[in-house]
Amino acid sequence: MGDRVFTNLTRLAGIFVLVLMAAIGAFLVWKAIPAFRDNTGNFFTTQEWFPDASPPFFGIAALAFGTAISSVVAMVIAVPVAIGTALFIGFYASRRIATSLGFIIDVLAAVPSIIYGLWGLQVLMLHMDGITKWLNDYLGFIPLFRNEIGIYTKSIFIASVVLAIMILPTISALSREVFLQVPRSHREASLALGATRWEMIRMAVIPFGRPGVISATMLGLGRALGETIAVALILSAAFEINWHITEPSGNTFAANIALKWNEAGPIGLSALIASGLILFIITLVVNMIARAIIAKHKEFSGANG
Amino acid sequence: MSVTDRDDAEVLEGLSSQLAMKTLPRFAAGYSALIAAALTAVIVALTPAQGIAGSLVILFLLYMVVQTGWSFAVEGRRFAVDRLATTLVTTMFMIALAALVWIITSVVIRGLSSFSVDFLTSTMRNVSPLREGGGLLHALVGTLEQVGMAALIAVPISILVAIYLVEYGRGKLSTWVTFFVDVMTGVPSIVAGLFIYTFWVLTFGFERSGFAASLALTILMIPVIVRSTEEMLKIVPNDLREASYALGVPKWKTILRIVIPTAFGGIVTGIMLSIARVAGETAPLLLTTFLSQSMNGNLMAGPQASIPTFVWDQISSGTPASIDRAWAGALVLILVVVIFYGLARLVAKLTAPASE
Repeated sequence: MGDRVFTNLTRLAGIFVLVLMAAIGAFLVWKAIPAFRDNTGNFFTTQEWFPDASPPFFGIAALAFGTAISSVVAMVIAVPVAIGTALFIGFYASRRIATSLGFIIDVLAAVPSIIYGLWGLQVLMLHMDGITKWLNDYLGFIPLFRNEIGIYTKSIFIASVVLAIMILPTISALSREVFLQVPRSHREASLALGATRWEMIRMAVIPFGRPGVISATMLGLGRALGETIAVALILSAAFEINWHITEPSGNTFAANIALKWNEAGPIGLSALIASGLILFIITLVVNMIARAIIAKHKEFSGANG
Repeated sequence: MSVTDRDDAEVLEGLSSQLAMKTLPRFAAGYSALIAAALTAVIVALTPAQGIAGSLVILFLLYMVVQTGWSFAVEGRRFAVDRLATTLVTTMFMIALAALVWIITSVVIRGLSSFSVDFLTSTMRNVSPLREGGGLLHALVGTLEQVGMAALIAVPISILVAIYLVEYGRGKLSTWVTFFVDVMTGVPSIVAGLFIYTFWVLTFGFERSGFAASLALTILMIPVIVRSTEEMLKIVPNDLREASYALGVPKWKTILRIVIPTAFGGIVTGIMLSIARVAGETAPLLLTTFLSQSMNGNLMAGPQASIPTFVWDQISSGTPASIDRAWAGALVLILVVVIFYGLARLVAKLTAPASE
């Protein structure tokens, strides 16, 4: 009797998780409907955001662009650093201090995003002029690095650097976990055959760990896409698609929701919910792919993701 | 000594000198750095000013070129690549470490410079953004209440889910639950806030409050606690369960009386870590509760502050005095997080099984 009650209670809790995830999607869809219905712009291609005008006119083009490019630049910076960090802790640092080093890098994951935002705005931004000017002077022929207005603050590039630091521990921790699971015999065999340390990593560690590293990268991407506060504090929240990432501009789904929330009218709220729904779907897909990769390679668990 | 003996010895010597690899001297890295530094000094002296950061970059590039080139000439390609890889990997780690140190020292230095006991014991009531003074007592109370309530809701649900997955879960349902708990860890915090707003405020018509914020935090806590509890339950030895069954104890009682107490320390540690994690969340709170400058101990009604939203508010005000307060608030926030982490480690230590 007691057994049946308890079994059902725990099963109910399990089902609750599924219902909760479904409810998040369902409620967002439901409350986004007014915005979709009344919008006179094209939801996907309009760059402006005037949902509370009459008639409402808005679209997520600028948000999608800003979210995508800030996350991609962040990934370009973070992935090599994160994998290098994981390799260093796993195979280069002395065994005695490796665990402590891992713990220290994990501390980065514990720093709240508001602190990243404050630091990015008040400290990092003051030190970014040099590199962004340099990028403009010497790599300005690439549109991405050109800066035509000579102002280097509040840019997507700075937001991306902060995002990169934020997702670094996510990618690094999971990669390290995967690297640790490379069978010792593989590593020792390659060293015994005379491989250098780098050849051992390239031929024994990387092939074994690749799926894990890919899914770690996807989880990091998911985190970068959904990050709100740090980005909201740093970006200048412009509704335009600007490829010059060192100029002050840019906006993301999440940052826009946080910034516009308290001034939005009914359709404005609905429009923000609609953009949140898109963000939810994107992060869901990214995370599902990452988890599916992990599940396929059951050798390592995705714990602490 | 016959002729052939001497020949053999010579041949052997020749062979061994061929076999023994030529390697760089032990302090090759140091020499390379010195050479690179000298070259950097020349470059910086001869070309227009590069600044400190620029010089460091030049130094680093030259160091790689010198060491790799030297190694290539003496040791060959494979070892040159190995040395290059070592340099790069070490540099990557140093970059990560530098970022962490930079952030933490900024918060500690700037936070301490505007921190005082008053800051912990007063609120922002009647303190204009332009003026110095004020504090975050109201925010501290708000954070503790919101996080505490979130834990109260999330802990029982999460532990039940974990028990289901470890002790009962077989078949399709448990696969789905496992998968979606993992996916749930990736739900952006702002989406959790949006959902609670549409659900709690728009649909059921409750007002924005500290409690709504707790609900949003609950969504963020559940997957973290489920994951950690699951790991803990998995390492409880099966012998314990079987011994209990053998004595005729029903399964549910075995779980509640034997399994959970055995894993208790680990479960509490996981809960503490999840609390530390959500205590710093800002985005969901911005959507679900109004900012407040005054003390409000009531979780259920009225605007309620919290430390993250306090920092956000002070940054938004943007005056020198409020930016100072933001840094002090950031310091307090980090301390709160550290305290919860410390508690987690303490619990883990106290309840760890005695090592033999």
